[in-house]
Amino acid sequence: MASWLSLVWANLARRKLRLFFTLASIAVAFLMFGLLEALRGSLAGSVSLAGADRLITMSKISIIQPLPRSYLEKARGVAGVEAVASFNWFGGVVKDGRTQIPVYATEPAKFLAMYPEVKISAAETTAWLNDRQGAIVGPLLANEYGWQVGDKVPLRSTIYRQENGADTWEFNIHAIYDVIGGAGWDKGSVVFDYDYFNESLQFGRNSIGWLVVKVADPREAEQVSHRVDALFANSSAETKTATERAFIKQATEQVGNIGALLISVVSAVFFTMLLVTANTIAQSVHERTNEFGVMKTLGFTDRSLLALVVSESLLLTLVGGAIGMALAYVAAQALATTVKQFLPVFGIGLRTVVVAPLLMVAMGLIAGAWPAAIAMRLRITDALRRGA
Amino acid sequence: MNLRNIPARWTSALVAVIGIAGVSLVLVAVLSIAEGFRAALEFSGSEDVAIVLRRGSTDELTSGLGQTSIPVITDAPGIRRTAAGAALVSPELFVIVDTKLRNKDTTANTPLRGVSPMAPRLRKNFELLQGRLAHEGTNEVIIGNGVAQQYEGLAVGRIVRWGSNDWHIVGRFSDRGGIAESEVWADAALVQQVFNRGASYQSARVRLTSVAAFQAFKDALDRDPRVNLRVERETVFYAEQQQLMQKLVSGLGWTLATMMGLGAILAALNTMYNAVASRVREIATLRAMGFGAAPVIASVLIESLVLGAVGGLLGGVLAYLLLNGMRSSTLNFQTFSQMTYAFTVTPRLLLTGIVYGLVLTFLAGLLPGIRAARTPITTGLREL
Repeated sequence: MASWLSLVWANLARRKLRLFFTLASIAVAFLMFGLLEALRGSLAGSVSLAGADRLITMSKISIIQPLPRSYLEKARGVAGVEAVASFNWFGGVVKDGRTQIPVYATEPAKFLAMYPEVKISAAETTAWLNDRQGAIVGPLLANEYGWQVGDKVPLRSTIYRQENGADTWEFNIHAIYDVIGGAGWDKGSVVFDYDYFNESLQFGRNSIGWLVVKVADPREAEQVSHRVDALFANSSAETKTATERAFIKQATEQVGNIGALLISVVSAVFFTMLLVTANTIAQSVHERTNEFGVMKTLGFTDRSLLALVVSESLLLTLVGGAIGMALAYVAAQALATTVKQFLPVFGIGLRTVVVAPLLMVAMGLIAGAWPAAIAMRLRITDALRRGA
Repeated sequence: MNLRNIPARWTSALVAVIGIAGVSLVLVAVLSIAEGFRAALEFSGSEDVAIVLRRGSTDELTSGLGQTSIPVITDAPGIRRTAAGAALVSPELFVIVDTKLRNKDTTANTPLRGVSPMAPRLRKNFELLQGRLAHEGTNEVIIGNGVAQQYEGLAVGRIVRWGSNDWHIVGRFSDRGGIAESEVWADAALVQQVFNRGASYQSARVRLTSVAAFQAFKDALDRDPRVNLRVERETVFYAEQQQLMQKLVSGLGWTLATMMGLGAILAALNTMYNAVASRVREIATLRAMGFGAAPVIASVLIESLVLGAVGGLLGGVLAYLLLNGMRSSTLNFQTFSQMTYAFTVTPRLLLTGIVYGLVLTFLAGLLPGIRAARTPITTGLREL
């Protein structure tokens, strides 16, 4: 076996430069495959990580249509509901900038109960609950804008106006939160007190954007969501309730068919790579026509020559693929911190680890098939006559 | 001479061409999406139409106009009037309604625009394709062509429920691919009532007497102390709107093209080294005859560049044949609603594909060319 492998390798290494380029292009193909898979998995992953016990209740018309504030208490009374929190999208813009950041108005105590994965210290919690102008911010925003606990931060709203006509609210930062043990909340938003917001508004008081409903038993999520919607049916503001998971899935699908885009790109990459590999093997077989004739004369069977060429092709894709996947792993690790804000889970998943070797084998077999068939069908007399 | 050599190594050359074509295909395809956005938004704007928003708003969604600002806008100078004397002004409001997408089990944000009967006269490419216009003050709506293709159950003659109201679809219109095609148009007053908007609007579109009348119109409103408005040419407004999407999509296109390009360079390098290796003797003979290093490098480069140009063009043409004109939709972040667009492969994009192919093959041809030129003549002649 070892000698067989060394024969295969020796054949490949005959032209070092060609071997290098072929390996490198296979590696690049698998690098892209790995990264695009990580992207796809991460988009799907944020869906599966979303809390199964949380529902989102929004206006049946659309997410931007407000609901009456009274819905918070009404929904709390529905059988099977454990907790409810309301959210308003503030449309926050960092002062003097045009960058919009996620800013939510909610009731602090209800928010912390709804998202136990959001961690702030007990002292910070007390301080926040006791200051109407208080806010907590995510570590990503704190880093980006240099915010610290104790800072007073002005944020402009693109949607709301204060009673005095001003469009900027000031917030006291009481904590920089962390998210541990769950991915229901992101690390890049600002959360502040609904009362402070509501009472300073010029228009649209006592309305909320959407509700997050925690169900006592996740298996009952479906029934609870029907109950909530039934409660508000035939009112002036009907609702639509779905699990957080379904909600996120719908939001990503609105952007377009990302999956189809990624699959087309990966197919184009692999198709090209297949040709490169097949070409390399074919060239190598062509150069060795004479040699194959000699081998056949010595008693090598057609089958063993077929196996030899296919093994060369397989070895090529396996080695190249392994290098590519290793690179993809390193690159994914490096990228993970950069894209954390948008894609909390970014990495090479188990599925990719299983699929990649299968792809390598498939590519190797396909790329080697045609040149191997040529080598097998060679007639000794022709082979020896040619190239001599 | 080099070019006539290509057929002798056709498989290898073909692989290089296909490799480049693949890269060019992906690049042109993704960029054609960005181009589609640009076309849809830029096509929508007219030079002689002004859009009025609340000061500080970057888009219609976050804008708000009180009822009192409408007469002020209508009285401003420079507005074109109909023969009957009515000002060509359309105060509009914009809400989002959830509608089920065709062939999918999810819903998407559909823009529902409350308009005045003047609205069609403020879109230069408006054309009624089917049915009739909606009557003022009724629950009749007309739908854009893109909307009709994208959603389930939206067709002339159908009734659809949004909010607490049933809306009758009476007409379908085109805007020659413009953004209005992604919208549903209803009576402004009824939209205000059904969606609890009081008497407020979000924007007003105004047709001016001429392109030059804009400045006077803008100045008059800027100076008016009764209102606090932002006045913009429609073309400028839309150009601003598409910037973000354009940047995002082109960024994606170039990232993919760069990574794939790396792979394609390797394939082309392989081809070119091969081309050089199989002709070592021939090149050495040429050098012995007195050809310098430069012509040798040039000849290798030319061969490589031809492969690049052919591959680049092939990819672009494939993108054109497969995708051009195909319609799709995505979430427009500025309006938070679906916008339909068509993949648009322009001659400029085809050129981009070819140039990128040339850049890749230039890099791939340079090293083998230099190697060919530097192989000592004696060694080259001794080779088999």
